[in-house]
Amino acid sequence: MHRLQSRTPLGAAAARSDTIGTLTIAEITDVALVSVSARNDQEPALRAALATAVGLDLPEVGQSATADDLSAFWTGPSQWMCAAPYEGGEVLCRQIKHHVGASASVVDQTDAWCRFDVSGAQVFDLFERLTKAPVRSMAPGAACRTGVEHLGVYLWCQSATHWAVIGPRSSAGSLHHALMAAARSIC
Amino acid sequence: MIINHPLLGPRDAQEFTYLGDAELLNRPYWLSETALQQFHEYLYLRDNPAGTHRELWFHEQGDRSWLVVTRDTGTHEIQNVELARDVALARRAARTAGETRG
Amino acid sequence: MTVAGAPLRNRLTGGLIDRDQTLNFQFDGKTFQGHAGDTLASALMANGVQLMGRSFKYHRPRGLLSAGSEEPNALVELRRDGRQEPNTRATVAELYDGLEAQSQNRWPSLRHDMMAINDRFSTFLTAGFYYKTFMWPKAFWEKLYEPIIRKAAGLGSLTGQDDPDAYDKGFLHCDLLVIGAGPAGLSAALTAGRAGAQVILADEDFRFGGRLLSETQALSDLSGADWTAQVLAELDSLPNVRTMMRTTVFGAYDHGIYGAVERNADHLVAPAAGKPRQTLWRIYSKRAVVAAGAIERPIAFENNDRPGVMLAGAVRAYANRWAATPAASVVVFANNDDAHQTARDLRAKGVAVPAVVDVRPDAPRIDGIEVLAGARIVNTRGRLGLGSVTVQLANGQTREIACGGLAMSGGWNPNLGLTCHQRGRPVWNEDIHAFVPGGNLPAGQYVAGAAAGELSTAAALRSGAAQAIAALADLGMAAAAPELPEAEDAAVAITPFWQVAGEKRAWLDFQNDVTVKDVKLAHQENFTAVEHLKRYTTLGMATDQGKTSNVGALAVMAELTGKSIAQTGTTIFRPPYTPVSMGALAGRAVGQAFHPTRLTPSHTWAEEQGAVFVEVGNWLRAQWFPKPGETHWRQSVDREVTQTRKSVGVCDVTTLGKIDVQGTDAAAFLNMIYANGFAGLPVGKVRYGVMLREDGVAYDDGTAARLAEDHFVVTTTTANAALVYQNMEFVRQCLCPEMDVQLISTTEAWAQYAVAGPNARKLLQKIVDPDYDLSNEAFPFMACGEVTVCGGCPARLFRISFSGELAYEIAVPTRYGDALMRELMDAGQAFDVRPYGTEALGVMRIEKGHAAGNELNGTTSAANLGLGRMLSSKKDYIGHVLSQRPGLAAEDGLRLVGLKPVTPVQSLPAGGHLMAAGGPVDAAHDQGYVTSAAYSPTLGTAIALGFVKRGAERMGEQLRLVNPLERQELLVEIVSSHFVDPEGEKLRA
Repeated sequence: MHRLQSRTPLGAAAARSDTIGTLTIAEITDVALVSVSARNDQEPALRAALATAVGLDLPEVGQSATADDLSAFWTGPSQWMCAAPYEGGEVLCRQIKHHVGASASVVDQTDAWCRFDVSGAQVFDLFERLTKAPVRSMAPGAACRTGVEHLGVYLWCQSATHWAVIGPRSSAGSLHHALMAAARSIC
Repeated sequence: MIINHPLLGPRDAQEFTYLGDAELLNRPYWLSETALQQFHEYLYLRDNPAGTHRELWFHEQGDRSWLVVTRDTGTHEIQNVELARDVALARRAARTAGETRG
Repeated sequence: MTVAGAPLRNRLTGGLIDRDQTLNFQFDGKTFQGHAGDTLASALMANGVQLMGRSFKYHRPRGLLSAGSEEPNALVELRRDGRQEPNTRATVAELYDGLEAQSQNRWPSLRHDMMAINDRFSTFLTAGFYYKTFMWPKAFWEKLYEPIIRKAAGLGSLTGQDDPDAYDKGFLHCDLLVIGAGPAGLSAALTAGRAGAQVILADEDFRFGGRLLSETQALSDLSGADWTAQVLAELDSLPNVRTMMRTTVFGAYDHGIYGAVERNADHLVAPAAGKPRQTLWRIYSKRAVVAAGAIERPIAFENNDRPGVMLAGAVRAYANRWAATPAASVVVFANNDDAHQTARDLRAKGVAVPAVVDVRPDAPRIDGIEVLAGARIVNTRGRLGLGSVTVQLANGQTREIACGGLAMSGGWNPNLGLTCHQRGRPVWNEDIHAFVPGGNLPAGQYVAGAAAGELSTAAALRSGAAQAIAALADLGMAAAAPELPEAEDAAVAITPFWQVAGEKRAWLDFQNDVTVKDVKLAHQENFTAVEHLKRYTTLGMATDQGKTSNVGALAVMAELTGKSIAQTGTTIFRPPYTPVSMGALAGRAVGQAFHPTRLTPSHTWAEEQGAVFVEVGNWLRAQWFPKPGETHWRQSVDREVTQTRKSVGVCDVTTLGKIDVQGTDAAAFLNMIYANGFAGLPVGKVRYGVMLREDGVAYDDGTAARLAEDHFVVTTTTANAALVYQNMEFVRQCLCPEMDVQLISTTEAWAQYAVAGPNARKLLQKIVDPDYDLSNEAFPFMACGEVTVCGGCPARLFRISFSGELAYEIAVPTRYGDALMRELMDAGQAFDVRPYGTEALGVMRIEKGHAAGNELNGTTSAANLGLGRMLSSKKDYIGHVLSQRPGLAAEDGLRLVGLKPVTPVQSLPAGGHLMAAGGPVDAAHDQGYVTSAAYSPTLGTAIALGFVKRGAERMGEQLRLVNPLERQELLVEIVSSHFVDPEGEKLRA
């Protein structure tokens, strides 16, 4: 194991968690992210490869899918973001590339993003202050890209009261600040 | 405005960046004898109608697709939205099917 | 001041105020009492205060005209210091304990306003006077007239202090947005709510009910307020209905998007900690019903603007809802039956009504009140408060009637502003003598109740339900009208009457002080079209958007031109319906949070070093790292440059755009976006590339590294990262859709550091794991590859140089960036390693002659940059054809050169122009200009890069560098732009 210590997107040694009223905003730093884009005319081959290798059926527009501890959400035409527990730099990326071979372009995105999981009964009131995405009509498993305080983020519904907010890593401080300010507004 | 993205459904135009006339899809052939003139017209001459206009929008805060939107510039009514890639591929297919290179 | 417990002078019985809650408030320094449920206006009225403001132009004493947000006169400053808000309507300011208000537009006081001198000069201050005066002498404008006008102009004042409150933004989605919670709106919301639609019901007031709260007629056996409470209880019990009080829907935007402001804490002394004062809502509605009611219009007659002269509907609103009367004795002046209700309601509350003056000869009688039919008011008396009115009777005689209040009504105008926000034009309706919404409403918008011209309560109730049903049917949802209560259903009985003829001024627009005389002047000067009338007189251009004045004025113009009102037409409205605070529009994006801040992976470490930071777009980058004892930035920057060139320096270059390009056509794709060729780039090599715009102008440069046959990493400048990415997607999706290529940004995913200087390799050999051979043979200039560092951390190494020194860029996943920087500093101690910031980076690249943003300024071509030979002639690429235009490719065009002062200096003016050594200094003799300049510690003088005509052929020539703005002029010599290591020996070491 190499000797470089990692830092969280907020610049600390460990992930932080904040509770405001009934809302919890928890920084998540142990999930690897890998972008998978099917190559031309290779989407069927890509789907087959992942279904066969790991039992994952790539989801349709606006949705996510899970097989064991590997998930994927739709990000664009023939493009998905895969997520799995972090096991080291580029580990998930290599695994997925191994499964899909030449059918897709695979890029590690783990450290391009920060993630805050928001949970509590008032999550919808919170998101109403932050995003134009129609969160109240999004079911568990739905995922979309939208804007929060001028940042492009993914909103991924884990359950009715638990959402993942995935934003650009370098702006983690600004995103966290926005979430906290909105939470204080409503709680 | 609301743009009805063919894949994602209705989205606020604020999520997009506007480029301009969809004629920009018809990039001239660089080795044509009149290439300079064609590129000049391609880049600088516009019809700019008060009425139906086909134009390019980039879904920057969404799925980063380029879209061809048919919009009435007077009323802002949006009549049609297509993936630009599909439009571009269709034009290519039509051109290849119909043309003989000279 | 009142005796505690004693009723206020003009307080009546009843009303919807809570007498158990007494509130203290201040107006112009005096303390008064009111009750919960009062507005500032109603409380002042109850206390006997009539004088509340001074008019804009003439500084005439003014009092309340209305009871709503259309109020043009009673504009006050609420609160103090950072929370102060000018131009607040007293009629909508909800009273709270501790409220402080000041009148405006007067000095030194409301009673004694020196600026009332304007009223004496009214003959000279007619409409358009500023087009005709203050013209001569010309010099006097700037020095004398403008400063005076500036001081005298405007309403209200700003304290200049920071607003301490937070404002939120929010986003709502609904099937049906109901705007207005009067009878029509409540009926619509109930209909739609019971049908299961997602409904939002919004009203600007702090109670729902609209006009129902101000009228005495029953709805079946309930009062208006009680019926409202019943409906509200049901609406609040429905999970699909959201009621929003204190919420003004201020704008109708495209495709069903509405803007609204919710006043969360304006009725409190201050918001609770962390809570917003106001929230700006963006509402996405599938359909909307505008149930905004109607606004009464005044009648124009001489001196119709005195404190105490009010709209009749407002007077009875004050009496019925707020238990207040403007005076003990009130006369009514009207052209319609509706105003008679005011007389009846006042009498019922014990207020004397000496007469109802009705212009209609056939005006109906009222039990117990004298009706003067066919009469009109010709004048009023009482400068600071109405004392009497002069009536001209039908038989021509005049009578003066003592009274403290006058309730006037010229009829009711449907409140149709929101229907006009997308250039919908109202149409004149002869039945009710008012404008009603016309044909082209905003998409998805319906209009109900008085706003649609359905002026009776019963009609409003029916209309609300019907419009909701129609709107939902459009969405494929079935709905049924609720059982509606029995309500008054009086037909509109009105005879149009707009002005009482007279010589003196009769007011039309109270806020902007526009009178009938001004309309006559506009007509005389041929500004007869309504849009000209508006701009020439400023009628309707105040903060009230002419809600009580537009129609009256255009009716006067119609009489003058002899056209019908239908032919005359009307001006329309644009958002916002009522003013929206800047704070609400800004939301949370203020101060530090104005835009997101992007931090580099080494930011924390750099802070620890005491780095000075600079904003580069949204990024914070270390600009220089002062050492203890250094007091001037030049000391730090010079040292960073010198130390890097002497031994080794490290700089965080994470911010430069990185785009991952993969696919079987990745190389062909790069060939399309770069001017130079990339197809032949071997795996494991990096190449410098130039991107052109389609018009042939150079717009970005960077590198592309080939990690595999089908895998490149493209870098861009920091500033253009997003733009280049967008343009690349345009090429991929729109121009070359058949190419097999996939893109994604990896700017944030990798922490990237430049390691530069003679000892760069030695330093990296302590970081990069020994498996990897970094010798010059194994890893030459422009090589790249995937390596590991520090015992196995995946990394990428690129041997590229911006500084001109032996240099590399080392990248690790961002989470390890902080640790890597510390390792580099630690391992580099043996070489006296120093971090360097963007300033030193800039100095070194200027010394090396690298083009950057200053040189790629949007007007320069590859030829200008001296990169003409990079342009491939063998392939198509963006910008290829138009880059060959003579203007961009001219042989005698500008060329990038270095400029060295003949005598060493400390600084050179970037942006300065270059002239021949002798001769005139003017544009005709311009030889070029300086793009970048810096002090070079390496050369011991300031140096510069710039563009000179035929620069490549003029090496050694001396030119004058001139900066006429600061009268600078010095001699410079044209030299190679590669000041340092022109042969590139250090690069390749």
